[in-house]
Amino acid sequence: MNDELKHCRNVNENPCNMCMPMGGILALKGIESSMVILHGSQGCSTYMRRHIAEHFNEPVDVASSSLNEKGTIYGGESNLKQAIDNVRKVYEPKLIGILNTCLAETIGEDVERIADSYSAQQDAASPLLVSAATPGYGGSHAEGYFFTLRRIVEQLAEPVERHSKVNIILPNLSPADIREIKRILQLLQVDYILYPDISDTLDRPFLPRYTKLAQGGTPLADIKAMSGSVATIQMGMTVEDKYSPGQYLADAFGVPLYNIPLPIGLKNTDLFLECLQQQAAAQRVPLELQQERGRLLDGMIDSHKYNFQKRSVIFGEPEIVYAVAKTCLENGLFPVVIATGSKTTRLDALLRSELAASPDECTILNETDFAAIRQTAKEAEAVIAIGHSDGRYLEERQGIPLIRLGFPIHDRVGGQRLLSVGYRGTAVFLDRITNTLLEKRQKNYRRSLYETFYQEATEERRGDQCD
Amino acid sequence: MLDERMIGERSEFIATKGKQKQSLKCDADSIAGCVSQRACVYCGARVVLNPITDAIHLVHGPVGCASYTWDIRGSLSSESEMYRNSFSTDLKEQDVIFGGEKKLAASLDELVEKYKPELVFVYATCIVGVIGDDLTAVCKAAEKRHGIKVIPVQSSGFAGNKSAGYRAACDALLQLIAAAEGKGAALKEKNCINYLGEFNLAGEAWIIANYLREMGVSINVAFTGDATYRRLKTARQATLNIMQCAGSMHYLAGKMQEKYGIPYLQVSFLGLEDTAASLRSIAKALQDETAAQKAEALIQREEGKAKAAIDYYRQKLLGKKAAVYVGGGFKAISLIKQFREIGIEVVMIGTQTGRQEEYDAINRLVADGTVILDDANPAELERFMVEQGAHLLVGGVKERPLAYKLGVAFIDHNHDRKHPLSGFAGAVNFAAEVYATVCSPVWSYVKEQGGGCSE
Ligand code: SF4
Repeated sequence: MNDELKHCRNVNENPCNMCMPMGGILALKGIESSMVILHGSQGCSTYMRRHIAEHFNEPVDVASSSLNEKGTIYGGESNLKQAIDNVRKVYEPKLIGILNTCLAETIGEDVERIADSYSAQQDAASPLLVSAATPGYGGSHAEGYFFTLRRIVEQLAEPVERHSKVNIILPNLSPADIREIKRILQLLQVDYILYPDISDTLDRPFLPRYTKLAQGGTPLADIKAMSGSVATIQMGMTVEDKYSPGQYLADAFGVPLYNIPLPIGLKNTDLFLECLQQQAAAQRVPLELQQERGRLLDGMIDSHKYNFQKRSVIFGEPEIVYAVAKTCLENGLFPVVIATGSKTTRLDALLRSELAASPDECTILNETDFAAIRQTAKEAEAVIAIGHSDGRYLEERQGIPLIRLGFPIHDRVGGQRLLSVGYRGTAVFLDRITNTLLEKRQKNYRRSLYETFYQEATEERRGDQCD
Repeated sequence: MLDERMIGERSEFIATKGKQKQSLKCDADSIAGCVSQRACVYCGARVVLNPITDAIHLVHGPVGCASYTWDIRGSLSSESEMYRNSFSTDLKEQDVIFGGEKKLAASLDELVEKYKPELVFVYATCIVGVIGDDLTAVCKAAEKRHGIKVIPVQSSGFAGNKSAGYRAACDALLQLIAAAEGKGAALKEKNCINYLGEFNLAGEAWIIANYLREMGVSINVAFTGDATYRRLKTARQATLNIMQCAGSMHYLAGKMQEKYGIPYLQVSFLGLEDTAASLRSIAKALQDETAAQKAEALIQREEGKAKAAIDYYRQKLLGKKAAVYVGGGFKAISLIKQFREIGIEVVMIGTQTGRQEEYDAINRLVADGTVILDDANPAELERFMVEQGAHLLVGGVKERPLAYKLGVAFIDHNHDRKHPLSGFAGAVNFAAEVYATVCSPVWSYVKEQGGGCSE
């Protein structure tokens, strides 16, 4: 295995990540009756809305404090307060998340103070204001996501009586994935608090009446009660402590924390179930899930030959990348490049031991960009790529087919419906990979066999005749 | 006009034709917390300059700004694909504290070494304006070091709205044109025109170039669709500037007239009526009788074909109502006429950056009762689409899901679309797309379930 290629260049060429507030928005979209204000200039919110809307095909309302020159020089307090007023009026949210962007952070806006001073003048019925400093230069959207979740619990959780619920903290998943996780929780009869939950808010059914705020999301009462849960299961192996909501709950309230990988892949899903079983009323894994496991394994057998030793490139958010890498290893799709635009110290360490079993060399790229990913993938002769839509040049220019997974999916429809977790999701995900490889093979095998064995031989024969 | 969940300060930006006398307020900064559909100064600048295909577009700032704008537009190129990359100096906390000039200089060196470009645009983002990096100085130094053109674009996000970004882009283009001194730079050729405010979305500049070629008119350079550094430098050779997107290019056209004596003409190639009128007025402006005759022949032929195709859709669409929310006022005006051609009345119309004269023109064109809005937000779009009983919304990606959730058909008229809507061919595409969305069977199921805001 190569040592991590340090990102020592000065230019980022085709970014593999987005910025902190983007993650913050996604986190907040999973909170009941919430709205987001980006404290900064107008562009940040519009661009992020566009990205999110395209992935989920859902309306995404995010306000901006629309800082202009004056606000930038003299401070944006009045802009921010006006923004809160206006958002309250139009949306009547129960919670407003205020995210500090690059601009606000650089001019030193103390959002927490502004929010406090605003709240002090309001009555009990006014929305909760939570704030997070998420400057774009402070980290990627993955860090922004977990940090915002952490800030929300920091500001909401209160000492409560112990209860029997388990906190389940999720990374940025598709609504379909979240629904699958809920189904598994129900099958195991686990009493849970799912945090955050975009399964309804960013994948709304068509309803006769449109509401500005979507139904669903983690109830505020649940977030408050996370401090009294029996345990936290956080799908956040790669999340650093300072960004980790689970770590905060452990430190501040003594809630035991189980950090586990995303349940993509056979073993990762096993681990999730094992972890749940310890907390669950139903100790045995229900038959339904056992059968799904059996079916996944059956499916893995069906596909194993087509997948074996197909060199893969995996990129995206650290948590997804980690789980997908393990899944690829399980199926003989040995990773040759594993890459993330985020800066993480944990991914490397976690992957090193996993990759020991792989016959292929693998390069792990941290804080990287697509120029580096493409170059490395080409050198390593990768044949399949797994990650979000921004990797489309791998397909377009390198001819490496891309299996779309993660966020953002902006060049295909149905990012919100992509299912990849649990035994069922893994089976579908694996089929997507295998079928892409099969498609490639079926397209090419006639020609390639003809060229190697017939055409070449004919030319030789012709040569013979001439002699 | 406002109900209790509307924001009071917004009332001046909304009008109903026939009901109010005072004209609409526009060209102001967005109001905080209003969930404006607009982007920022950087966005305006990037939209205009990005179609220059062989330039390196380097975003000086944190990675986010570059990430969200990477290859999202549908501008096509006939040569270089350089513009489809997104370069960023990827500023980090340290750079914000100590300044980003060194990193920018090093980035430029790296890019020049790797790609050997002739032209680089360096875009300022929000924090660059705040930390006070001297973009101009760094760019000048890099120009000297490498003997290429490095143009700073002053597009700090907070310094106004999208219109300010258009202006910043025009300033950058003017720098480029002015720098092209030497022989031949101002040599005027007959019937050689520049095409301003055309970004070659889905090859639209090519469609129009073909029409003009048939008339014996050649496009010297389009600003900035499928433009290259080499072509742009020759901009002064043209005898006439035709200008499509006035929102972004009005300033540049004016400056070119003032500095280089090139007159300009406003054109539009959206819809049959405007396309034909524009071709005629170009021939007239060039005072070329042959061109005028050829234009007539072309119009007769193409309009005939297009009308026959459009007529089929028109029959199906008669009496439907449309809502329009687009970037610029120019496009909005054309769309009203184009919708009429296919039997549809516009009942709500708004823009992100429309100017006063454009809103006045809109007001003259629409029927009584039409709602006109500047810098609208989702709450307003929702309300007026429903109240006005629109069957269809024209907008961009952000607006699409809202329309769908309301059970309203949708047309993408933004920079990211992948199909041409200009010229006679585009007019047919437009009608076909309106038909495809308005008459899709899906709405009958929506209605059956009790959704959708129109009868
Ligand atoms: S990097 Fe900063 S300025 Fe750019 S979009 Fe992100 S928060 Fe906004």
